[in-house]
Amino acid sequence: MAAATFSDEPGLFRSLTARPAVLAALVVFGLILVAALLAPWISPADPARMSVRARLSPPFGGAYLLGADAFGRDVLSRLLFAGRVSLSIGLGVAVVSTALGILIGLAAGFFRRLDAPLSRLIDAMMAFPDILLAIALVAILGGSILNVILALSIVYTPRIARIVRAATLVIRELPFVEAARALGSSNLSIMAWHVLPNIVSPVTVQATFIFAYAMLAEAGLSFLGVGVDPSIPTWGTMVNEGRQYLDQALYLILFPGIAISLAVLSLQLIGDGLRDALDPRLAKDV
Amino acid sequence: MLKYVLNRLFGMVVVLFLVLTITFVIVRVAPGDPAALMLGPDATPQDAAALRIELGLDQPILVQYGKFLLSAAAGDLGQSLFFHRPVLSVLAERAEPTAFLALFSLIFSIVIAVPIGIYVAYRRGGAADQGAVSAAMLAASVPSFWTGLVLQRWLASDLGWFPASGYGGPGAGFFDRMGYLILPSIVLGIVNSALILRFTRASMLDVLGEDYIRTARSKGMSEGRVVLRHALKNAAIPIVTVVGLTFALLVSGAVVTERVFNIPGMGSLVVGAVLRRDYPIIQGTLIVVAALYILINLCTDLLYLLIDKRVRY
Repeated sequence: MAAATFSDEPGLFRSLTARPAVLAALVVFGLILVAALLAPWISPADPARMSVRARLSPPFGGAYLLGADAFGRDVLSRLLFAGRVSLSIGLGVAVVSTALGILIGLAAGFFRRLDAPLSRLIDAMMAFPDILLAIALVAILGGSILNVILALSIVYTPRIARIVRAATLVIRELPFVEAARALGSSNLSIMAWHVLPNIVSPVTVQATFIFAYAMLAEAGLSFLGVGVDPSIPTWGTMVNEGRQYLDQALYLILFPGIAISLAVLSLQLIGDGLRDALDPRLAKDV
Repeated sequence: MLKYVLNRLFGMVVVLFLVLTITFVIVRVAPGDPAALMLGPDATPQDAAALRIELGLDQPILVQYGKFLLSAAAGDLGQSLFFHRPVLSVLAERAEPTAFLALFSLIFSIVIAVPIGIYVAYRRGGAADQGAVSAAMLAASVPSFWTGLVLQRWLASDLGWFPASGYGGPGAGFFDRMGYLILPSIVLGIVNSALILRFTRASMLDVLGEDYIRTARSKGMSEGRVVLRHALKNAAIPIVTVVGLTFALLVSGAVVTERVFNIPGMGSLVVGAVLRRDYPIIQGTLIVVAALYILINLCTDLLYLLIDKRVRY
């Protein structure tokens, strides 16, 4: 075996795709993403068009491939359009909570005086069960897509902040930070150029998991009827609508449920793969 | 040790104070007049003004905050706008199904996940191990309300093994009521088992690699004794921690599961409160649940002292 040099080091993509499960997850998630993006062009029908004759027509063999709902709307088309909303909310929450979490975590980890109050605040925020806190926030803010993103971002920000704080505490004491300080770098530039690059890996991994949790939480909120406006199709609202016909038309909840599960499962596998690829020290058999 | 416990208690009070502050802020940052918001779009300005005075919203915000903290410390979480009764008594009435649902699913998940976690850690890398890890990941990815609906249709409606939904009506006896919780507990337990299984497996793997396990084996101790006596005892701490942490997961899950099975618990109460704009109920539930979470995690920390004699604070 040749001696390992930097050029031998496999790229992120190669080490990610080395594990069959992660490769499969990337393919599945990629397909879901593309299908949702292309929804307006590949949907077989208008997702909002009702047809009395097609009401509750079963999948495979009826007028529509995956059947029609109680209003005679095409389930497949609704699934594709709902995917756009569910994925956007998941992604939005991942981005916003990561940004907020980095700011709070950096402040707590870098400035000793801010550490105790911010850490207690993070503890207090994490004492609320995620769905319950999200319900309260959406109840106050109102159920638009943006408000659901905001509410779930507030719920998940402490998770990122905690990780960033812990990493910053370690990095702050490393010699290169001391060197930078001796050279006259300001706090801001030390944080931006020395601390931030070193927390990218753990934060990316956690953001991927939050993407997955946020999609599950959004589906839960929509299922409870306290998430986005029920007229907006998301995978969660589709299950909520379908549950009234549980005994006649199980497929109405089956397909959106499978869509959520596949998206969340593949994201979790990608998160695991990223953790192993980005930071071998963190690679655990969990 | 006493110092540690006192320290933890003080920390708990600080976090509880922050929990109260956060719930106060959540209800107060609402854009617009909270009274008008609570009354809904049909309310007249006179109604809103009356409610503002009733809730003390006409006073300066710091006075309101101080009063809120003082009454919460005295165990008064306000009045429900819908039930016109103290929030705590409304919550207490709805606590029974939620508490038993959480308890049964916790028992179910421990009984399932801990033995499997121990076994697959011992047979690391085998087919059972890979199967269990994949199953746990799948269980953590499938929304619990969906599992609930599918099992409700299959096991309750089609096979008739369980009551499909509800809580037995007003006259139902205790065991009758508990019967309604079996299927919901299994549903909620499945999600919870995923987390407990992964943690049990991981902490057993850590411990099984230790030197003292090799020593125990080289002494000729039987494998069963090595795993159960030495390994499990040392792996117990992380397992106890995660069982404490799953409380939040159980409560979140209970909210959703209660809706699937139409169980009149705290979850249904909160969802109903959102639709009725009954903010004191939402606020009160958040406070009670967060306080329980903090208390449970304090208890698991103190449990360490009993499990592991080496832990000295």
